[in-house]
Amino acid sequence: MPAQEFTLSDLKKILHESAGTGEGVDLDADILDTGFEELGYESLALLETGGRIERDWGITLDDTALTDAATPRALIETVNRHLASAAV
Amino acid sequence: MRSAAVITGIGVMAPNGLGTRDFWDATRVGRSGIGRVTRFDPTPYPTRLAGEVPGFTAADHLPSRLLPQTDHMTRMALVAADWALQDAGVDPGELPAFDMGVVTASAAGGFEFGQNELRKLWSRGSQHVSAYQSFAWFYAVNSGQISIRHGLKGPSGVVVSDQAGGLDALGQARRQIRNGTPLVISGAVDSAICPWGWVAQLAGGRLSEGEDPGTAYVPFDARAAGHVPGEGGAILVLEDAAAARARGVRGYGELTGYAATFDPRPGSGRESGLRRAVELALADAGAVPREIDVVFADGAALPEHDRAEAEALNTVFGTGRVPVTVPKTMTGRLYSGAAPLDVATALLAAAEGLVPPTVHTEPDPRFGLDLVTEQARTAEIRTALVLARGAGGFNSAAVLRVPAK
Repeated sequence: MPAQEFTLSDLKKILHESAGTGEGVDLDADILDTGFEELGYESLALLETGGRIERDWGITLDDTALTDAATPRALIETVNRHLASAAV
Repeated sequence: MRSAAVITGIGVMAPNGLGTRDFWDATRVGRSGIGRVTRFDPTPYPTRLAGEVPGFTAADHLPSRLLPQTDHMTRMALVAADWALQDAGVDPGELPAFDMGVVTASAAGGFEFGQNELRKLWSRGSQHVSAYQSFAWFYAVNSGQISIRHGLKGPSGVVVSDQAGGLDALGQARRQIRNGTPLVISGAVDSAICPWGWVAQLAGGRLSEGEDPGTAYVPFDARAAGHVPGEGGAILVLEDAAAARARGVRGYGELTGYAATFDPRPGSGRESGLRRAVELALADAGAVPREIDVVFADGAALPEHDRAEAEALNTVFGTGRVPVTVPKTMTGRLYSGAAPLDVATALLAAAEGLVPPTVHTEPDPRFGLDLVTEQARTAEIRTALVLARGAGGFNSAAVLRVPAK
């Protein structure tokens, strides 16, 4: 188990700080399985978000990690997988 | 017959007024917005005055989604574009996307954003550089962001020709209207009031080192020794006159003439291209010199440039035969933003019948200009000439005609 788990609330904070929140989007709603595109985040917003996660959490995400993760749930799982392998 | 391009909306971001009303209230009474730089500590630099836009808080006007990805000047441009569209009474969502374009000018791009990201690169490493640096610094970014925000898919672009670019953008907007796009958002907003932007401007050798806001930028004055830089500008909505008329809008006035020329090689001894720009713009407007009621001069406040501008005006109009003003003495020089703001000022001046003053300047009689100084002068303004000259040899001129009341 990683020492610390990356949670939805961590992701929401980073999303808002690095890319803002779209008009009419409620990040506090149940967004785990809502697509990033539907949440108003394009590829550059996700690139910025990924950079922030890497810096804040001390991991390196491979290039496809962000493009493959279409929803917050998928991205959180990817980040936690990296955290787990980094902790081994 | 070619379509006429009328200006139907104005959005102003100026050092002496946020929004058209504040700006005009200040400008008509000669209230200046020039003061000591507050956006960074200017103490170590030889130039310490600027025209800063007061009281602009981007988060009050723009969604949070746009804040991490925009420079200060883009935020001001986006809000000015919102205001211009509101002023024009246009909701872009109700019009065909391909019937609307956006052509702005930019002199420096997003300098402050770029400075912050470069600082992160040097001090903390490449992982810390914002992905948005890829476009936030770029000259075309204001056109791009305005286009995305309002869903404008018609012909778009950016013009980069220093201060002259502000008129060159309007000329290009008119070209697109003539080519069949009914509405084009145009104009410019610039800002580079950050240490990196400051040293870049200092390197140009045209900045005033005066410490007194009352004497630091005095074009056509024997004391002229460079300009005070400023930030801001104006975004304008230009429409095909027939399309505007169809929705019951006459607009502030028409862009009837535009021309751009280039100066000869420095040291060649040949005349500046400015006179030819004025003559070509008049010809393009189908106007003769005596029809021009007021000239909004470029006002570089460098002796050689002031002399060249005065000579061009005196040659075309006759010495002292046309009222000349430089309201940018209240704002500093706004680079690309200056000329669209002068165009807005000319239209507001015509609406009120008042030529706003050139403040602080005591005109050098050797220039032979009828410079409107100290206070505004009442005048019937039907046709105005706006000039803009850019570092590197750019000269642009525009003629505006305002319908009779």
